[in-house]
Amino acid sequence: MAEATESAGDGGAASPRPLFAGLSDITISQDIPIEGEITIPMRSRIREFDSSTLNESVQNTIMRDLKAVGKKFMHVLYPRKSNTLLRDWDLWGPLFLCVILALMLQRDAVDSEKYGGPQFAEVFVTLWFGAVTITLNSKLLGGNISVFQSLCVLGYCILPLTVAMLICRLVLLVELGPVNFLVRLLVVILMFAWSVVASTAFLADSQPPNRKTLAVYPVCLFYFVISWMVLTFTPQ
Amino acid sequence: MAAADELTFHEFQEATDLLAETPDASTTSRSDQLTPQGHVSVDLGDSYGAEDEVEEESDKAALLQGEQQQPGFWTFAYYQSFFDVDTSQVLDRIKGSLLPWPGHNFVRHRLRNRPDLYGPFWICATLAFVLAITGNLTLVLAQRRDPTIHYSPQFHKVTVASVTIYCYAGLVPLALWGFLQWRKGIRERMGPYTFLETVCVYGYSLFVFIPTVILWLIPVPWLQWLFGVLALALSSTGLVSALWPVVREDTRPAAGALLSTVVLLHTLLALGCKLYFFQPLPVEHVVPPPHAMDLPPTTLLPSTLSRSLATT
Repeated sequence: MAEATESAGDGGAASPRPLFAGLSDITISQDIPIEGEITIPMRSRIREFDSSTLNESVQNTIMRDLKAVGKKFMHVLYPRKSNTLLRDWDLWGPLFLCVILALMLQRDAVDSEKYGGPQFAEVFVTLWFGAVTITLNSKLLGGNISVFQSLCVLGYCILPLTVAMLICRLVLLVELGPVNFLVRLLVVILMFAWSVVASTAFLADSQPPNRKTLAVYPVCLFYFVISWMVLTFTPQ
Repeated sequence: MAAADELTFHEFQEATDLLAETPDASTTSRSDQLTPQGHVSVDLGDSYGAEDEVEEESDKAALLQGEQQQPGFWTFAYYQSFFDVDTSQVLDRIKGSLLPWPGHNFVRHRLRNRPDLYGPFWICATLAFVLAITGNLTLVLAQRRDPTIHYSPQFHKVTVASVTIYCYAGLVPLALWGFLQWRKGIRERMGPYTFLETVCVYGYSLFVFIPTVILWLIPVPWLQWLFGVLALALSSTGLVSALWPVVREDTRPAAGALLSTVVLLHTLLALGCKLYFFQPLPVEHVVPPPHAMDLPPTTLLPSTLSRSLATT
């Protein structure tokens, strides 16, 4: 066995000894040969950027990306503490969701009333500018999450509100009235809570503990504004 | 044990030598250097005199010796230094702005000369969105009472609100800071505030308007004006008490003019917000005739103002 020999420390009080004095006396016996094998476990999910993905059919490529996006949607709908959204971030899902939400929220015709709901560009810019501002804020506060990971999480967590928008548009096809409004209000509140819970599950761990509220509050404000836009949508 | 010599790490040798030479070496921490400054800010109201200036200078010198070089403005770390606050500190600063005590200067006591940009930025953002949203909500409530009013989401109000609030919270402190710098020569005793401290004072003073705007939903006019006046008084007191020590040594007309301009601008902001965001549009202006769309929206505003002022 390797043996360590240390010079007997005869009382540090007698004379000041430098620290780590005994370290130079440690020896390893040469009787035991050290040998073995070192293997690095191969990551089975390495994406190889060689001809194997260039030659595959377009359907394969698209299905692979769609599956990745769909997997992240499931993670948002059932938020658990997992790293999937952070590790394999992509921005397809956020783009898709923002475009759908902005298409549904824009007012119907250009020559409808001037002071009505938002235009497509207004919604789109609000969503992306808000997400970028929140990302900057969390980076400046000292969070250890990268820019694109944060944009990915914020974008994917708009999914519940997009679902709420779809439900609201369906409900608005029925006749208007106080019951109609109450149903829409309940749906929007529920989806707002879902979005906030989902995004905090992913984002909260990246901040130092005494600044969590400072980082989470802008996220709540962001989803609150989107919920307001969804709730006040009136068909022309 | 010939192998022992080969196995000694040379870095450890150097480290042991160094430690052997200076066994009493200890590292200083930033917190030690911050406590003398905290000590200064406990000094109470009457003695904003020479001692403050001298202690300030010596503390700043001590800090600068201990701190490393401030990172350049093109690096990310420079901007990170403006967001170096904890949740408890932000809440503490908000409380300080809500309860302005004449003896405690906001900048010295609450900010402790470490201004942050988080508070002003997000308070302005919240205020802009709350203004637009509650303004829209009053339209909903007005429609309940008078079904002829047509409801619309009025998304343009978000743009107007955010531009107004951010310009106010950015340009007015800039003008104030420039003015104070210009008058710096007259002041012997107390140094002027930095630009960020001025922005902080203004930003945190706007916080009191957030609950006020929410309370403006109550459709009782005299109650709305009462809340508005109370919020304006509280906010202006905070601003004036933060600026008073700096302005006190100036000549009397200049000090008076400065403080009254500050209060006047604040009043104009509160009044403008109340009148613009909380007036439901009458029915005729909802569907304008096609040629009127070329007019800028401000021409519609005075007529709605006069009409609504005539009817209320």
